[in-house]
Amino acid sequence: METNQRPLSPHLQIYRPQWTSVLSILHRITGVVLSIGTVLMVVWLVALAQGEQAYHSMIGLMSSPLALIALVGWTLALFYHLLNGIRHLLWDTGTMLELKPARASGWIVVVLAVGLTAVVWGGWL
Amino acid sequence: MKALRNPLERAINHGAAGSGVHHWWAQRFSAILLVPLTVWLLWTLSALVGADYAAARDWIASPWNASMAVLLVGSTFYHARLGMQVVIEDYVHKRVLEVALQVLVAAAALVGAIVSMVAILKVAFAG
Repeated sequence: METNQRPLSPHLQIYRPQWTSVLSILHRITGVVLSIGTVLMVVWLVALAQGEQAYHSMIGLMSSPLALIALVGWTLALFYHLLNGIRHLLWDTGTMLELKPARASGWIVVVLAVGLTAVVWGGWL
Repeated sequence: MKALRNPLERAINHGAAGSGVHHWWAQRFSAILLVPLTVWLLWTLSALVGADYAAARDWIASPWNASMAVLLVGSTFYHARLGMQVVIEDYVHKRVLEVALQVLVAAAALVGAIVSMVAILKVAFAG
């Protein structure tokens, strides 16, 4: 097939990382993390439906230090993917595509995602 | 000089031609739905942190919250499947592995959605 000779997009290992490209790949990475994280949602709901005992042992498991680290990571991934997803939806309308607003909106997304995660886990809520 | 694009006549009715736009729209549509639903999820989580079993059950059992939970679960697994599909298409180049992963992800998303919805409805109908 001739499709093999069509131009390829640059490989990640060769193309120099830029602010916008790093945020772009982060959107995919957080998407994959959140997809795996849906297991937590299923476990929580099934434990809730099963009864008090199952619910308490599930809460116990989720309170372990390792689980808490995972939950903080999940929160950060959720906020990033949500905010950057809104950024993508704005791009889909054809706006904010120039270099300057694209970089600036990236900063807004990163600062807000880290800030909101800190608010949720810092006990300020 | 290589051709930059395949002639249209060779693209139509092959591969993503025609169906690619559907995937794009489905991903956007589920994304838009997920924005308010994620806000609902955050509100729910903040209400349920430290709450006991009865309070958590009561929360999900209310018709409004049960409906939001079913909607959230449905659009989450749909959106996750669509996203994972593109990631696998882009990075898994071994055809056998690619197809196996696509089937696995689609099945896992379906199972996850159904198991979650049954759990929500069980809590909702049992009161």
